This record gives sequence, structure tokens and C-alpha cells, in this order.
Amino acid sequence: MHTSRIHPVKPGARSGPSRRALGRGLGLTALAAAPLALLALPAAAGAQSGGSVNLVSYSTPKPAYTVLAQDFAKTTKGAGVTVSPSFGPSGTQATSVVDGLPADVVNFSLEPDMAKVVKAGLVSSSWDKTATKGMVTDSIVSFVVRPGNPKHITTWADLVKPGVGVITPNVFSSGGAKWNIMAAYGAEIHQGKTPAQAQQYLSQLLHNAVAQPSSASAALQTFLSGQGDVLLDYEDDALYAKSKGEAVDIITPPQTILIENPIAVIKTAGSSAQAFVSYLLSPAGQKIWAEQGYRPVLSSVASQFHFPKPKTLFTIDSLGGWTSVNVKFFDPQTGIVTHVEQSLGVSTASG
Amino acid sequence: MTNLDTTVGDLGLRPSSRDPGPAERGPGRRRNTRRNSLVAPCSALAHAGAFGAKAAGPTLAVTYLSLLVLLPVAALITNAFSHGLSTFWAAVTQPEAVAALELTLAAAAIVAIVNSVAGLAVAFVLVRDDFRGKSIVSAVIDLPFALPTIVAGLTLLALYGANSPFHVDLAGTRLGVGTALLFVTLPFCVRSVQPVLAELDAEVEDAASSLGATRRQVLRRILLPSLLPAVLAGAGLAFARAVGEFGSVVLISGNIPFKTEVASSWIFSLSQSDALPAASAVSILLVLISLIVLLGIGWARRRFNVPEAV
Repeated sequence: MHTSRIHPVKPGARSGPSRRALGRGLGLTALAAAPLALLALPAAAGAQSGGSVNLVSYSTPKPAYTVLAQDFAKTTKGAGVTVSPSFGPSGTQATSVVDGLPADVVNFSLEPDMAKVVKAGLVSSSWDKTATKGMVTDSIVSFVVRPGNPKHITTWADLVKPGVGVITPNVFSSGGAKWNIMAAYGAEIHQGKTPAQAQQYLSQLLHNAVAQPSSASAALQTFLSGQGDVLLDYEDDALYAKSKGEAVDIITPPQTILIENPIAVIKTAGSSAQAFVSYLLSPAGQKIWAEQGYRPVLSSVASQFHFPKPKTLFTIDSLGGWTSVNVKFFDPQTGIVTHVEQSLGVSTASG
Repeated sequence: MTNLDTTVGDLGLRPSSRDPGPAERGPGRRRNTRRNSLVAPCSALAHAGAFGAKAAGPTLAVTYLSLLVLLPVAALITNAFSHGLSTFWAAVTQPEAVAALELTLAAAAIVAIVNSVAGLAVAFVLVRDDFRGKSIVSAVIDLPFALPTIVAGLTLLALYGANSPFHVDLAGTRLGVGTALLFVTLPFCVRSVQPVLAELDAEVEDAASSLGATRRQVLRRILLPSLLPAVLAGAGLAFARAVGEFGSVVLISGNIPFKTEVASSWIFSLSQSDALPAASAVSILLVLISLIVLLGIGWARRRFNVPEAV
């Protein structure tokens, strides 16, 4: 008998590939094939039919869109249309769409993120030539404080007082943070300060920042955990938190920036996508936005709701527009905020 | 039967892999010598085929490793240098990047050392002691593995933040960063030591004790040398995890630039600001330093001349 239970360990000797080696080879092939199979999945997802709309949005309006999608389904244009939403940080969402995330309607927190998608050729460059200049909702930057406002924070000057802990997200990772910084800077300019003085104010503000979380939602979580005395946030985000019973009070600063959130339809989207956007801009849709805490862009609906009126409400255009502001203030190597953080850091780096 | 003897003989007397010559083959093999002219090439082909089939395993493994690990690292390197050497240099020497890297590497090193000791102690308790609820404790050790990191971050913020039930406010401090990292890296240090400790023969310790060794001497001279490679393996894993940790650290740290901003958070910020080459540059530097540390730990393990525990 030639067979033997003893297997001498000699490469290449005795016999050809044993059953054990074959099994091992099959196992390894399966291992190698697994990730390749995963790659095939997006291709299998395929193109969308007219009966569904892929919505890619920033994270804050998630609760609002739940209500809006339900109401849209009740309209004639929306009957039978499925809205498949995706929520995430505005900048990340924009990058994902450029990298191939299926999208029919895109709604971002601020214009530079829309510019990314326009630059990639996915959205027409005349997206902002509509009656509402491409915007679907407005809001303002508000102060969120503890119930009863124990530290009496009502103006921008109160934020830089010693002992006041400010929470604002990190400007390099959060779109919301950029609105906050421009609101602070613009408030100073609109009170008659020079750009140098306004920049000095930013330095004092960031010096008082006890936390700079990576996103607006992380900032809210940090504030709710008990840290800090005041949080700079979108008014609609603050209103939502308050409606959920969180222990916060909302203070409208006397000067603040008008937050404008852009929306657009992807060039290759079906007709349901345009119908959905038209619905969002219609009186019925804008009414739901307002009920959710967003300032409507339709003046006919805005007059029905009583949002607080700041003494001075300015837009980003009065500060130069996002295209120039984004580079001038927020470039991670050369921006004004970068310089402010660095000069603050040099003094606190040892701490 | 004769062939069986030959096989056994080969095993015992000839550890080399060469084919036994004609004189050494058993009677069953003598038949082949008549077709000498064909035997050599056929046998060569058979050997090549057999070697090829056996090399398929390692080849597939290397391919899988390349696709999963090396390809992304190569893409990172390409991206980092895509805008030239000056951009790379500017990105890695930027004050925020330097501060973030210093904090991350220092915190990871301290956490690896602290948790190596703590993990060893916990492993001792789990292996050597018996108490009620031991299985629960053992399962709980793995909790940081199971928790999504952002959930861990929220939990740590609730426990050690401003509204802490223990009146311990670590939010926005470097100690908070360290605490979060200790939490997520403990399982590595425990699980790398536990199986090795369980397999250690208690008889050796008993013999030492009976010969007059104190408990401390037993620990230092007998237990620790055997456990050191496993402890180092756990330290390496803990270091690697701590260096890359984001979700659990970023909330309690407060993410303050130059104070509590870790490298992963700075890299995230750069990637969100469309500064992808800069993000890749800082990432590559982080990967390189981590690789050097891990290679150093590997060298230290080999120096103690014990086979690798993992």
C-alpha cells in the first residue's frame, strides 16, 4: 500500500496538491472575491426611475424632511413618488455627490458646498437664478443659553467677557461654524468696527471657546452635556432642540447673519425631482418648513409666522459673498481664522 | 509496507527536501528507472505544478493584503505629494498639525504603557481568580470593541463631562483625551495577555516557591519574562488604536486647536476643507511614525527570544 498517514513536510515532494491545499486555496479565493463582490453592489443599485427621488441633504433638516416627504406624497404630483433621503455633514455630502453618490435633489447648509457640485458639472450653473435665488429655507445664527439665561448673555460683547464659556463648532470641519464666525465678524462690522477690530473680536471669541466640536450636532451635544454657557447655533436647530424638551433658552442677538440654505436639482434627475423641489418652495411646503423652525423664503408664508426680528439682519453678500469669504477666512493654511487660532495656540500651546 | 518504511526513514534521517536517489527508493519505485528519459521533465513539471498550487495560497493572501492595505496607503502617498514637495512640507510643519501629532503620539504612548500594566493586572484576575460574576466581567471587558465609537464618546461625555454624576469634569482637557483612549484600548491589553497567562504552567511557579522564591521574585523572574511578548503585543495594538481614534475622543476632548485636538480630528478638518493633499500628508506622517513604533515593539519582542504571541 502506497498510502501513508504520515505526511512528510517536504515542498514539492511526494504528490501534487493535496485536498487540504486545494481547500485552503478555495478558502483564500473566496476571501479575495468577497471584497470584489461588495464592489459590484452599487452597480446593481442601478439608475433611478421617475417614481423615486434621491435626496442628499445636510444633517439638520432630517426631522423636517420626514414631515415634508409625507405631505408631498399626499399631493397629486407626489403620489407614488418615494423620497429616499441621505443626511450627513454638508461638506461631506457634497463631496460624496461629486464622488458618485446617487442624487436627484441636493440641499446643503451653505453655498460653497453647492459650488462644489456645480463645479463637478452635476448641477447647472444657473441654479441660483430662481425667484428665491436658489434657496429653500432661511435661518439666523442665535445664542443658545441655559434656562433663565443666568449669565445674562444678550449681545456679542457679552460673549467675550471673561468667564463666559462659548461653544462653537470647528470651522474647518463644520459648515455651521462658518455661519457663526461670519455672524460674529459681520456683527462687529455692522456696528461700525474696522476689519482689524472685527478680527480682534474673533480672537477674543475663540479665546473664550471652551470646545470646538467637529460638527454642529456634536456642539449641541457638548452644550447639553453641561459644558459652556452659550452655544452659537442655527436658530432652527435650537428651536428643534427646545421642542424636544431640552433645557435651553434661545436668545436672538441684535445683529446677526441671515443663513440661506441652497437647494438644486441634479441635471440628470427625472421630473419627480423638480416636482419635489417645487413642492418644497410652494406655500404648503414652506408652511411646514416654518412649523419646523425654518424661516420661509416665501414672503407670503413668512408674514404668517412670527420669527424674532433682529435689529440688524445682514447677508453674506454684505461681507463679500461666500466665494471670497471661504478662502479669505477659512483656508486651513492661509485663512484669517487659521491665523487667529495659531496666535491663540502659541500662547496656549504650553497649557 | 516497504514504502512506509522508506517514508519513515526519510523523515528520520533526511530532513532535506531533495528527492531520494534511485538507490534509496523502495522496491516500488524501481519500475520508473526504465523510463529515465521521460521521468526528469515529467517530474519537474509535476514539481512545478505542485509548487504552483502550494504557492497559490500565499499568493492569494498577499493579493488580499495588497488590495486591502497597501493600495490605500499607496493612494495616500500619491495624494500627499500630488501638489509637490513644498505643499507636503507646509502641511506637516503647520503649527496645528505639529501640535495635533505631538498630542496624539504622546497620549497614545502613555495610554499604551498604562494599559499594559492595567491589562496585565486584569488578565491575572481573570485567569487566576475565581469570583461570582467573573464571566460577566470578562464579557464586559470587550464592551469597548462592541460599542460604536461615537456612542462611547457620548457615554464618556455624560460620565466625565460637566454634568458628571461623579463630579469629575474632564471635558476639554488632555486628561479627558487620555481617559477616552484608556477606555477603548483596554480590551487589547487584556486579551493579548490572557491566553498566554492561561497556558502558563503553574507547576513552574510552584517549584520556584518551594525553592524559596518570594512572590515578587516569582513574578519578576518567571512570569513576566514569559508574558513580556504578549504584553508588548497588546501595547502595540493599543498604541495603534489610540493613534487613530476619533469618535470616542472628539466629544470629550472639546477639539480645541493646540490643546486637545488630536491628529485624526485635524486630518478630518483638512479633508472637509478641500485640502486633501494636506490631509494625506499629515496622514502619511502619522502612518510612518506609527509604523516605526510598531516595528520597534516587534524588535523588542524578538529580542526576548520568545516566539511571537499573536
